[in-house]
Amino acid sequence: MLIYYLHSLENNKKKLYFSALFSILFDKRVTITMKRRDFLKKSAGAGLAAGAAISVGGYEKLWASSPSNVKYDMVAVMGGNPDAMFDLGIQELGGMGTFIQKGQKVLVKPNIGWDVIPELAANTNPLLLKRVIYHCFRAGAKEVYVFDHTCDNWVNCYKNSGLEKTARSAGAKVVPANSENYYQQVDIPGGVKLKSAKVHELLLETDVFINVPILKDHNSTRMTCCLKNMMGVVWDRGFWHSNNLNQCIADYALFEKKPVLNIIDCYNVMVKNGPQGVSKEDLVQMKSQIITTDWVAGDAAAAKMLGVEIEKIEYIPMAHKMGLGNMNLDSLNIKRIKM
Amino acid sequence: MKSPFLRRFRILISALVFICFFLVFVDFRYIIPGDYINYLLYLQFIPSAMKFFDLRTIAAGGFIIIMILTLLTGRTYCSFLCPLGIGQDIFSRIGGRIRRKFRRYGFKKPFTIIRYSLLAATLIVTMVWGVYLLTLLDPYSIFGRFMTYFAKPVIIVINNFLAGILGKFDIFTLSHITVKGYQLLVYLIPASFFVLIGILSLTKGRLYCNMICPVGTLLGLLSKISLLRIKFDKSACTRCGRCAIGCKSSCIDFLQYHVDVTRCVDCFNCINICPDKALSYGLVNLKKKEQKTDESRRKFVAGSVLLMLGLPHLVKGQDKKAPVPTKVSTVKENKTSPVCPPGGVSIADLNKDCTACSLCITACPNGVLQPALFQYGIAGMMQPVMDYHKSFCTYNCTACTEICPTYALHPLVLEAKKLTQLGKANFIKDNCIVKTEKTACGACSEACPTKAVYMIPYEGNLVIPEVNNEICIGCGHCEFACPTTPYKAIFVDGNPVHQVAKKPENEQSEIKTPVEFPF
Repeated sequence: MLIYYLHSLENNKKKLYFSALFSILFDKRVTITMKRRDFLKKSAGAGLAAGAAISVGGYEKLWASSPSNVKYDMVAVMGGNPDAMFDLGIQELGGMGTFIQKGQKVLVKPNIGWDVIPELAANTNPLLLKRVIYHCFRAGAKEVYVFDHTCDNWVNCYKNSGLEKTARSAGAKVVPANSENYYQQVDIPGGVKLKSAKVHELLLETDVFINVPILKDHNSTRMTCCLKNMMGVVWDRGFWHSNNLNQCIADYALFEKKPVLNIIDCYNVMVKNGPQGVSKEDLVQMKSQIITTDWVAGDAAAAKMLGVEIEKIEYIPMAHKMGLGNMNLDSLNIKRIKM
Repeated sequence: MKSPFLRRFRILISALVFICFFLVFVDFRYIIPGDYINYLLYLQFIPSAMKFFDLRTIAAGGFIIIMILTLLTGRTYCSFLCPLGIGQDIFSRIGGRIRRKFRRYGFKKPFTIIRYSLLAATLIVTMVWGVYLLTLLDPYSIFGRFMTYFAKPVIIVINNFLAGILGKFDIFTLSHITVKGYQLLVYLIPASFFVLIGILSLTKGRLYCNMICPVGTLLGLLSKISLLRIKFDKSACTRCGRCAIGCKSSCIDFLQYHVDVTRCVDCFNCINICPDKALSYGLVNLKKKEQKTDESRRKFVAGSVLLMLGLPHLVKGQDKKAPVPTKVSTVKENKTSPVCPPGGVSIADLNKDCTACSLCITACPNGVLQPALFQYGIAGMMQPVMDYHKSFCTYNCTACTEICPTYALHPLVLEAKKLTQLGKANFIKDNCIVKTEKTACGACSEACPTKAVYMIPYEGNLVIPEVNNEICIGCGHCEFACPTTPYKAIFVDGNPVHQVAKKPENEQSEIKTPVEFPF
């Protein structure tokens, strides 16, 4: 009986029904459930609009979505500790309050992909993550969530990366992403190879999403940074690998829920044997950070940091051509700061 | 001693022991440290005996303590410490609730031939051929399999149910865990034993312990000369027979004022039942200890001879010639040998010492350890084997090697484990996405913790994997990550004897710390 009942839970309809049942007892849930439903409807609509916009060619509007009062497209900081560099960088962009409204739920998505200690820089720097969460709360965030769909055993990754502890101490909720149950099917309108994906439900349920990747060498795509970090919010990565990885990475960027901010950790940069690394010899201390609203531009700048030609990283020109961002750094308004 | 506290003491201790064992086996969040598990398992008879004969050190002498304890107090092990025995007591209790008749036992004759034959067969088969029969009959291993294959999934399902509810209230202390079943055939042995022991304990009390269990029989033999035992006070006894009816071992012959010590598990129920306080637990009456020896001993010898001739033919293992792995570039994966878990040293060693208690299988945080079907031959059924289609072996983990109670998996320090080569990766280019689809992939190389799988230039901008078997440790992450179906483009072929991998070398990069932004 129990097993049957739980099986039926996996069915989404029943899940909604179940949550509705609970909401009779606890009022809170109604809003969340409705929100998700509304969101799915909305995203379908928005997807259609996006598709139409691309076909007409007026795509600039799509990615030029950053708040109008932001002075720069990108801020690059060099020479300080990760937290100090972020303090300075976000100040140049007008503070976290520019991107987060009071009472909003925020998803902060670092890279926690590997069961590796912080010193080996395979995961986002804990100091940086802590500071980002701190700024989110200071800007009035109601709740901050942190998760990653890890490559190694998730418990070990969360623990040994030091990120679970840091995020908790900063007041964020660290959420598991290890089971397909946490993921929801969404459409990716206009995707060439990736037409739909299962994304983590918190990506859909939160109001704002901040991307905090770490720049690393990558064995097959040459580099992992902003766009590739999104492989940690989807369930079936195997599909990406077997269906033109570069195209899938670019396609995913079409999905409606885009980051309001990309904070690229370039403090210790893995320049070879990425994305997991073998030892400290793989790292170069660059003591830098790139903060941008345009993730394609962010990836382009990151490629320069790594010393790789932008065109060599196939998904960057792909995403640029699809109108998902601007890889021509010369045409951007970049603020460079040295501490 | 006639105190009713004896029984309460037994129930208290056994409940604690049972709860501890239960928690160890269903610990799906891997909270309990290996050290504690080792303390708990120290007194388990068969595992500690196996460890002792492997290590020949007194540090693994839990079974000696049990034997001494038995010589002093009788079969207290069966009531206080054996998780399977305690589990059966719980079942008998439930049985009594279902139908009162089930808990009315009465004196019965012992199954002398069966029990001594089984003990003899187990001893002989174990000494001459291997652990096959012990694997089936060791009570601790049987209990371990029940927990791993039946109890843990139920607990995980309950956890998922709770995690679902909590998740809706934004609480993520519990997380959803996918219940991964094993192959159906694997359930055959534990399921049939569960039915057998379940029915016997529901309706007949401790009949399994007194008829089949080799540990019970062995300790029964020892307790023939035990100091403390249940005694009759003839002057007080009114021959009401309640003790016999209440005895779950069916070993009290109240008409003869006799308790069969070989079957008595010292549960102390009879002391509490007796309205006349005619039964007590105390020092044996030395005068009465001469007759009644030969018959059972004769049967024991006869039984052993009989079984020596017959049984071994049924449990013969497949002979394991060490096959040499060859790199064949066919589309189908050509596995020549299964991969045996770290610490196993070699497949032969593992097969020799493992009683398939499944503790390592339930303790593996990645679920890569699976009960074998026929990978090790029919005799190695249920022993742990690495299944890289299910999962992979975590680079930073030695969980299975830390807790093995029989020393079939030797303890490995992390540094040694990181260099233990369980097998070698084999790349099948004709299956690879990079060749067949002409698109980038690199999932295998990305996953490789030692970079034994690395990428070399291929057509155009593409890169394709290549394997350096000197530093490959056979963890199987590449095989697990490879997205091709039905056959993987990279797979690990087991080393029948584990080897030592070279330490990966690494040089400092030429890229220097930048002083200016390159953009």
